[in-house]
Amino acid sequence: MVTKTRPVEVNQRIEAEAPAFRVRNLSFFYGREKVLKGITMDIPRHRVTAIMGPSGCGKSTFLRVLNRLYERIPGAKATGEVWLDGENILDPRLDVVALRRKVGMVFQKPNPFPKSIFDNVAYGPRIHGVRGRRKLSFIVERALRQAALWDEVKDKLKRSAFDLSGGQQQRLCIARALAVEPQVLLMDEPTSALDPAATAKIEELVRTLSQGFTVVIVTHNLQQAARVSHHTAFLLSGELVEYAPTEELFTRPKDPRTEDYLTGRFS
Amino acid sequence: MRRRHWEGLGYVLLSLSAGAVLLVLGAVVLFLLVQGAPALSWEFFTSFPRRGMTQGGILPALVGTGYLMAGTVVISVPLGVGAAVWLSEYARGGRWLRAVRVGVNALAGVPSIVFGLFGLAFFVKAMGLGVSLLSGVLTLSLLALPVVIRAAEEALRAVPEEFREGAYALGATPWQAIHTVVLPAALPGILTGAILAVGRAAGETAPIMFTAAAYYTPRLPRSPLDEVMALPYHLYVMATESTFFWKTRHLQYGTALALLVLVLSFYLIAGLLRARARRRKRW
Amino acid sequence: MKKRGLADRVVKVITWGCASCSLLGLGLITLFLFREAVPLFSRVSFGGFLFGAVWRPTSDPPSFGILPMVAGSALVTFGALLVAVPFGIGVALFIGEVLPQGFRDLLKLSVEILAGIPSVVYGFFGLVVVGPWLQGVLGLPTGQTALLAALLLGVMALPTVASVAEDAVAAVPDSLREASLALGATPWQTMWRVVLPAAKSGAFAGVLLGMGRAIGETMTVLMVSGNSPVWPPSFLSPVRTMTATVALEMAEAPVGGLHYRALFAVGGVLFLFVLLLNLVGELVAHRVRRGA
Repeated sequence: MVTKTRPVEVNQRIEAEAPAFRVRNLSFFYGREKVLKGITMDIPRHRVTAIMGPSGCGKSTFLRVLNRLYERIPGAKATGEVWLDGENILDPRLDVVALRRKVGMVFQKPNPFPKSIFDNVAYGPRIHGVRGRRKLSFIVERALRQAALWDEVKDKLKRSAFDLSGGQQQRLCIARALAVEPQVLLMDEPTSALDPAATAKIEELVRTLSQGFTVVIVTHNLQQAARVSHHTAFLLSGELVEYAPTEELFTRPKDPRTEDYLTGRFS
Repeated sequence: MRRRHWEGLGYVLLSLSAGAVLLVLGAVVLFLLVQGAPALSWEFFTSFPRRGMTQGGILPALVGTGYLMAGTVVISVPLGVGAAVWLSEYARGGRWLRAVRVGVNALAGVPSIVFGLFGLAFFVKAMGLGVSLLSGVLTLSLLALPVVIRAAEEALRAVPEEFREGAYALGATPWQAIHTVVLPAALPGILTGAILAVGRAAGETAPIMFTAAAYYTPRLPRSPLDEVMALPYHLYVMATESTFFWKTRHLQYGTALALLVLVLSFYLIAGLLRARARRRKRW
Repeated sequence: MKKRGLADRVVKVITWGCASCSLLGLGLITLFLFREAVPLFSRVSFGGFLFGAVWRPTSDPPSFGILPMVAGSALVTFGALLVAVPFGIGVALFIGEVLPQGFRDLLKLSVEILAGIPSVVYGFFGLVVVGPWLQGVLGLPTGQTALLAALLLGVMALPTVASVAEDAVAAVPDSLREASLALGATPWQTMWRVVLPAAKSGAFAGVLLGMGRAIGETMTVLMVSGNSPVWPPSFLSPVRTMTATVALEMAEAPVGGLHYRALFAVGGVLFLFVLLLNLVGELVAHRVRRGA
């Protein structure tokens, strides 16, 4: 190990009263390959935290640790601790279903199920045992309103989700995640497949959502991180280089590598 | 420029090989259509063979084949789809997985007559089911199993990983993800495989020769332990073994045509279903 | 929440059971073929069975030499490959390299339908149409010859060869084709010198699987090959294959008798041989998939 991590110093710069996640010395392996290297950080509640870095820096992996979705990949292993609500979510005895109800996720490419708009949003509540047309209708409407999609789709809830445009599909996926009433919303480059107009809508939505949810958004788009997030973490080769309030990180980066990245010397 | 000529000849040869396929297919189908059509009538499909099979129809053979097909579907499709679900959704490497894969491939290559021998030794004799519809169905199901498994697994693997991730991220258990998202998305492909398997089972003769098929039955089967007549076996018997086989050619053509239409319609339905699914697929 | 995990475990076990059924089936086939066949070899030597030239199961004393049938199967299969391999690979190349996209599916469907025609129907067609025609054209005493069987089996094995080879051709990356075309090669040269060599293991696997199909085919051969074990076999005389022997004689062989056991032994030989072919075929195809 040549690189050394500086958890204490990094951490001192984000002071959250009750952080949503406390990440402690998190490392992650795909077989022999070490993809995350001893990451320690607190992710504050009801804020947007952006994780940025060049492709392959481990930012998507980091997100998949937070809801244990990495488990589906053979040979993947995480060490360290990640605390959420007084539970270490890396504990093998943890109920992952309960975890994923608390921690929703939105993916790079919009991935609605091949079902109707209504059934897509109702999917989560249904698998968690919510029955009854009226109750489901209520949840679906609320989620679609939260995702700023209701007005566009309220007359065609029975139509296939694939009839929607890419940006609408992504907002549908956000609604689908919100319908489960999570505390946290993980977003993995949610606009990388969208055009600028649709991107703007999603970004606006992300800002609004942070009033009720903790949002962790992965992006390789600097402007996006600057526009939507309260705090930004910069990851490079699996190492947390710098983590600070967004404005501070963008204007007065402490680490020369962050500065190099911001001025476009990597990418 | 000389090279151009040689290459032109090469292309002609290639088109000829493709043409040969169409020619053979067309010849078999057209010939049977022309020769067999006059034999087809309402009576042909609804009456028993008469006078040592020199007159009458194919009703019992048609019914027998129907029962054999239905039984094969009932057994091989659930088993095959279950196996495919395990192979594509649950299995995570390991020796047993590899063994099952080798087993499925090996089973797919076993000659049909060997299935017949096995059915005779195991279902007919060892299990005491006798020469019966049930023995035939079990034998044909084993033969159809790898066909269903392969098609269903292919269909399941074609379901994008994003669907599964989406379901898991919402807190679905593997089984919830499978039966609410993955299986519905794979359904057209699975259906295609099931139809192909039935079509295959309908046309097979060797596996039922020693296990189920009767030369002639005076009545329709009443229980799974009855012997049955079957279209392909009926055709074989009429064409080669019956006493006056040269006198019953028109009945044979009719039977061959009925069998061909029955089996090929299944292939055609499967083909259309697949084309429709591909057109409608939006992911 | 206990219930949730339980349902999942139950389904996992059930589907595991389904998957294991195929293995169980294969195991039972092996077990019962050999259980029925093995007592034969307390009376007949294995060498005498495999290499004996006389098959007289009902004489006294009986004689169980399967060499004429093995030779018959080999001859017919060899003839079938002479038809199926060039045409099958030709079709694969035509589909993959020549036909425009829209027509590919049509030809593929035709090939699939060719594979779907039941073997009795091929047998019947051979018996009443091709056989008499061949007899007339070649001036033979009978149309039911090894040649006729080989022709029909060739047509039946063609789809197997074609579809496996077509997969192999489709798996050749376009970058290879583009590289060759960019160097000024004609499409024909590209196909011949780049695509075909790259697809050759896949095509070979297709040939092996097609061979397995031909050697195991029963009804067609039974109906068109004349079924007399002429020695030495030739294309223009009737032959008898292993499969046809089993199909023809099983009905008359008393259960548990030597003849019955000998027929199971023939089935066992066939089974092992086809298993070997498929195994080699799979290994080759596997190497293709891994891109070796």
